[in-house]
Amino acid sequence: MPYPSDFKYTKEHEWIKAEGKYATIGITSYAQDSLGDIVFVELPKVGAELAVGKVFGSVESVKAVSDLYAPASGTVQEVNSALTAAPEKINQDAHAAWMVKLELKDPAELNALLSAADYEKFVSEEGGH
Amino acid sequence: MTTAEAAAVRKTALNAVHRQMGAKMVEFNGWDMPVEYPSSGGIIAEHNAVRTGVGIFDVSHMGDIRLTGPQALDAVQHISMNDAARVAIGQAQYSAMLYPQGTFVDDVIVHRLGEDDYLLVINAGTREKDFDWVRNNTRQFDCRVENLSDDFTQIAVQGPKAVELLQRYTTLDLSTIKPYWFKRGIIGLADQKLIGKEILIGRTGYTGEDGFEIYIPPDESTSAKVWYRLLDLGKEYGSVACGLGSRNTLRLEAKMPLYGHEISDTINVWEAGLDRFCKMEKPEFIGRPALEEAQGKGLSRTLIGLEMTERGIARDGYKVQDESGREIGYVTSGSYAPFLKKNIALAYVPPEFAAVGRHLHVEIRNQGVKAVVVSTPFYKRQKKN
Repeated sequence: MPYPSDFKYTKEHEWIKAEGKYATIGITSYAQDSLGDIVFVELPKVGAELAVGKVFGSVESVKAVSDLYAPASGTVQEVNSALTAAPEKINQDAHAAWMVKLELKDPAELNALLSAADYEKFVSEEGGH
Repeated sequence: MTTAEAAAVRKTALNAVHRQMGAKMVEFNGWDMPVEYPSSGGIIAEHNAVRTGVGIFDVSHMGDIRLTGPQALDAVQHISMNDAARVAIGQAQYSAMLYPQGTFVDDVIVHRLGEDDYLLVINAGTREKDFDWVRNNTRQFDCRVENLSDDFTQIAVQGPKAVELLQRYTTLDLSTIKPYWFKRGIIGLADQKLIGKEILIGRTGYTGEDGFEIYIPPDESTSAKVWYRLLDLGKEYGSVACGLGSRNTLRLEAKMPLYGHEISDTINVWEAGLDRFCKMEKPEFIGRPALEEAQGKGLSRTLIGLEMTERGIARDGYKVQDESGREIGYVTSGSYAPFLKKNIALAYVPPEFAAVGRHLHVEIRNQGVKAVVVSTPFYKRQKKN
């Protein structure tokens, strides 16, 4: 399953797409597949400060609650409220279902993240699937 | 995981079939079981297939204890809180076995197979505990106690179309089996060697829908044949394989208790609201004296149904709070309900908070989220007349 090459990835299965000093964040198709039907998403408010590696929200399937970890630090500019009303959109197309738009505090943080190729390798090694 | 623990995980005869079908597997009370099947569409699709069509479940992990002999009824009456004397041959009855304190050893379905012949169907996680309990507490009666848990593959066929589907697979007229009754019948089609094999077919289930549970030979070959045949024959009714995930959401909507959650060894019959299955007019059964004493004292907590009125899913173990945020109880089972499209929960709270319409909170990630007490069951199927 292809992972967009212009995204960066975390080991917690978030993706981040940077465009200059702004970035959008979501979870990967691997994550939504593991979770199953997503029925609930909790996202931060506009203006919230995200700190890299810290929990910024959560996504829930019927069986599981999963924390969302910030791939980078920054201030929330926009929240995708369509997802709170229809969380199944994440299952339908996880790479299109952006959750928050950030103004990045330090774009260099993205250098520490995984490329699409590295993420694909990481996922194939992460047993069971 | 140590080697000893790994060896302890048990498998039903259909384990290879579930894996073949690509099911997501999970460990449940020591069993390697399917939680959902992506090929079925997942938990929500499976749940709704059972509510609108038919779903097929492997429930072989459940246990079976048979009591036979001249005093089999007396033995059952001693360990069971319901009145087994009311159970006719061919009838099944929901009951529970209690500890002397009036709390639950397990809930059970008592089937009367014959004159002095009873089959107790029990939970997966309590197989050994229940068998030991039954054996140790019936020694004084002239009856034989057998553990038949490994003698069956048990498949549940559940949903409004269950009878139509199963009727295509048996010559027994299923309309002659009323809910909570069972018969022996022959299943299979001419092209399979199952013709002539009589099996138990019970109109029971754990979903809140019409449906059957069938008890077939436990060998992998027969089990796989029956499983795949049922799915195949059921295609026109939208049949899908269903796992433990949907099994849980279905029974929750129907307010059916789950051992370890709504009932346990620290919860008594009155708290759990299972009064109607407990026949105090029976002069003797284990737990009766404690229950009588408890009746005199009144309840310190009671099981209620909750519906979330603010965004959030109440889950097992979450705290319940009153309007001021004070902790008053806890959630026993909670989930998104796929058919009702609501977030529901069962919880224990003191009786003064139990009135339908009362506003409470559930603590979700350190925040009190609004909920309201609702009547249960959350879902009740439309009965055909």
